[in-house]
Amino acid sequence: MQLTINGRAVTVPDSDGPRRLLEFLREEMDLTGAKNGCGIGVCGACTVLLDDRPVRACRQTVADAAGRRLLTIEGLAAPDGTLHPLQQAFVDHGAIQCGFCTPGMVLTAHAFLLKHPSPTRAEIRRAISANLCRCTGYQQIVDAIESAAPFYHR
Amino acid sequence: MSEVNPPRAWRNDAVAKVTGRARYADDLKFHGLLHAVPVYTDHVHARLRGVDTDAAAAAPGVVRVITAADVPGSVTFGQILQDYHMLAGDTIRCHGDVVAVVVAETRAAAVAAARLVTVTADPLPAVLDPEEALRPGAPLVHEAHGSNVINHHRVRRGDVAAGFAASDVVVEQAFRTSFIEHAYLEPEAAVAVPRPDGVMEIYGSMQHPFSTRRFTAALLGVPLADVEVRSVPMGGGFGGKDDTAAIVCARAALAARLTGRPVKLTYDREWSVRESYKRHPYRLHYRMGLTRDGRIQAVAVRIVADGGAYCSVTPWVTWRSTVQCCGPYRVPHVACDTYGVYTNNVFTGAMRGFGSPQVNFCIEQLVEMAAERLGISPLEIRRRNMVRQGDTTITGQVLDTHVVSLEQVLDRVVAESDYEAKRARCAHGRADGDELYGVGLAMSYRGMSLGAEGKDFNSAIVNVQFDGSILLETGIHENGQGAESAMVLLLADELGVRRERIRYRQASTSGIPDGGTTVASRGTLMGGGAVVHAARALKEKMAAVLAPRLGCAPGDVAFRDDAVWGPGGARLTVEEAVREMWQAQEYPYAFGVFQGPHVTWDEATGQGNAYFTWVYGCQAAEVTVNRRTGKVKVLGMWAAHDVGRAVNPPMLLGQYYGGMAMGLGYGLTEAVEIKAGRIRSLNFDRYRIPRATDLPEMHADIVENPDPLSPSRAKGIGEPTNELMAPAIANAVAAATGRRYCEQPVRVDPAELAAGAEPGSKEEAPCS
Repeated sequence: MQLTINGRAVTVPDSDGPRRLLEFLREEMDLTGAKNGCGIGVCGACTVLLDDRPVRACRQTVADAAGRRLLTIEGLAAPDGTLHPLQQAFVDHGAIQCGFCTPGMVLTAHAFLLKHPSPTRAEIRRAISANLCRCTGYQQIVDAIESAAPFYHR
Repeated sequence: MSEVNPPRAWRNDAVAKVTGRARYADDLKFHGLLHAVPVYTDHVHARLRGVDTDAAAAAPGVVRVITAADVPGSVTFGQILQDYHMLAGDTIRCHGDVVAVVVAETRAAAVAAARLVTVTADPLPAVLDPEEALRPGAPLVHEAHGSNVINHHRVRRGDVAAGFAASDVVVEQAFRTSFIEHAYLEPEAAVAVPRPDGVMEIYGSMQHPFSTRRFTAALLGVPLADVEVRSVPMGGGFGGKDDTAAIVCARAALAARLTGRPVKLTYDREWSVRESYKRHPYRLHYRMGLTRDGRIQAVAVRIVADGGAYCSVTPWVTWRSTVQCCGPYRVPHVACDTYGVYTNNVFTGAMRGFGSPQVNFCIEQLVEMAAERLGISPLEIRRRNMVRQGDTTITGQVLDTHVVSLEQVLDRVVAESDYEAKRARCAHGRADGDELYGVGLAMSYRGMSLGAEGKDFNSAIVNVQFDGSILLETGIHENGQGAESAMVLLLADELGVRRERIRYRQASTSGIPDGGTTVASRGTLMGGGAVVHAARALKEKMAAVLAPRLGCAPGDVAFRDDAVWGPGGARLTVEEAVREMWQAQEYPYAFGVFQGPHVTWDEATGQGNAYFTWVYGCQAAEVTVNRRTGKVKVLGMWAAHDVGRAVNPPMLLGQYYGGMAMGLGYGLTEAVEIKAGRIRSLNFDRYRIPRATDLPEMHADIVENPDPLSPSRAKGIGEPTNELMAPAIANAVAAATGRRYCEQPVRVDPAELAAGAEPGSKEEAPCS
């Protein structure tokens, strides 16, 4: 089975097909950015992108990702480590506290802005409404996403 | 902050967290790592006659099954009473009790084998209602304790009978609050690694490394020095990652000890919610007497807190409720009785606010109910009774060591929210359409840090390296709130150096003295105080060595702009200054301690100087209530808090927003659902915390009155922001509907609204 994870081709034995994607990424690929917050697809901490669409890695199998582009938080920054403008916006706006929801939140926002580069604040709130955060009250997260939107106009 | 460190959003762990590189406890791997899982029973209260582990032990991949019989140290422990059984012995006292831990080569194997553990137990009658638990003949949760009363705190001030006799109006009301889940996004997780030198090393998701070390050392039966707890990023705590998180770490350590291999114990959300302690549900009964001109004469209050099956910090939580039971008001005559009570429910303990959210929900509604009776405005009754400079609290403490800024924060919120104009638009149950409009506010004072709960001191180590880089460590833990960043900024400011020079050390319990728990909004106040004291000690030491080089007296040496200065422009770079120190064989190293100023308490009368300083806050909410659906929509939220001094403004604002959001959840949606002692709302599908779409835009106002008793002049913010939004919303809903909601969370029944029946405001229990 062929996967493309963060732009890199990965060959996986077919026997791994039924495994939960989240567990596979964390245990086999050492990609621990996706977090297990609830295990039932409600909190969004395990969000990764398949072909630029956010999915819950705790509810997907490895086979679900076969033949598709899988992006995890580790693949968003440039190879030289330069933060993606959306990541930089999270840093600059104080949108990070405990950080456990951050990877899923950033990827959800990234997928949203790719499709909707000129959102209102209400649209941003709807876009992240299935990603839970207990620390921030979302205010500075919305600020960060709003400020990064112009980058997606290009 | 000084000019070399311009104020902007900064935290030392932001890049690691936004790139997914931050390693939380469950992200760590070690060679030979085993996986442990807990085993529960379906009993709520039972005599445990046997735990059969044979089948589980024989299951594929299982290395060991551990029960209470395997514990080398003390199976019981606790912060106040040692009543918590880290593994159940002869009694099961609640549905979250753990009877065994299964250790296996993989997590899947451990989970599968856990189902094979069986118990023999005789069910006992359970007591699930705290009022029933107080009655004679109620089943005892801890027989050896002799009763179900964990604690009884009092305030006796003045003469309440005389106070009521002198009152023209008496308002009386019962209130109730619910069990609340902290809902930190990261469930408990721990990795324990047995080190070759005999030390058990622990990486855990916990907010109190020193408490974790105490629980672990007790369970293993080893000295504190033989356990080293290392801090790793933690996915939220909010007061909830003390006892339970420590116990999870201790069980992992026990498994590691018994197998001789590293062990990871990571909780599922369902295990976390089932086992971890909650915010206490309270039953409260208030009577307040006032004169016709709206001056409060007397308050009598009885509070019963459900402590659940274990003591945890119930005596401390309920103590704060007792001290703050009358809100920020002058009351000459007070009688308060607060009981912490054992039941067979999930145990309760620390949660952000620590006893204040419950009493604020009541007192901030009660003063408005009194105002309604007297025909004066909600603002006017507050202005007539609130504490001002030099006033005396209900425990006899004179507020004269800091700026009493209650009126300042109230004025800010009233102005920023346009409260008075909005108040004039409130529906009071009458509107043409379906949407009833309301605005409400609430205010509080709050004693800072631990107060008379316990010894309150903290330390910091500043260690300047040969190249001018600086290592900093304190006894405060990074809970996600940005504590390390605040410490770095305070040190940079005090030393006058660029913050880039400073690296905060990954903290370890073996590296710095026990500084107490990172709770009680004490991180910046206590840890920051220690940082300032360490920095001053370092400067004194350096000035003595450098003064001759700078041609001046030590007292004239200045530290600023990333250099060391003498008068008249003589200057050494930090690097030059450090080299001079080495030449003189003096380490540029300092240990600083901040000892909390003296506090007093008399438990018999509930009088004393309970806290060495106080903060003041006010919050407001604007809502609509749909009269056909009962849905409450929050349109706007405002807050003003006096923080002493803002150290890291963007992180400070993050505390405001997060606290207000959590307060909205407390006000409107959150209550752990428990049936017959068993929690039903075990995951986020059944326990609804606020989402981005549940929240309006928030407005935060930072008020700074530097506190002379705080070395950094800063106070705290974590909890003050979380204790006011629920009563502000309840007051807004009352202004919208014309009805009082005295049960938390506020749930509006549209049928009641349609019937138009007025709620009871006297004797009867919860009024909605």
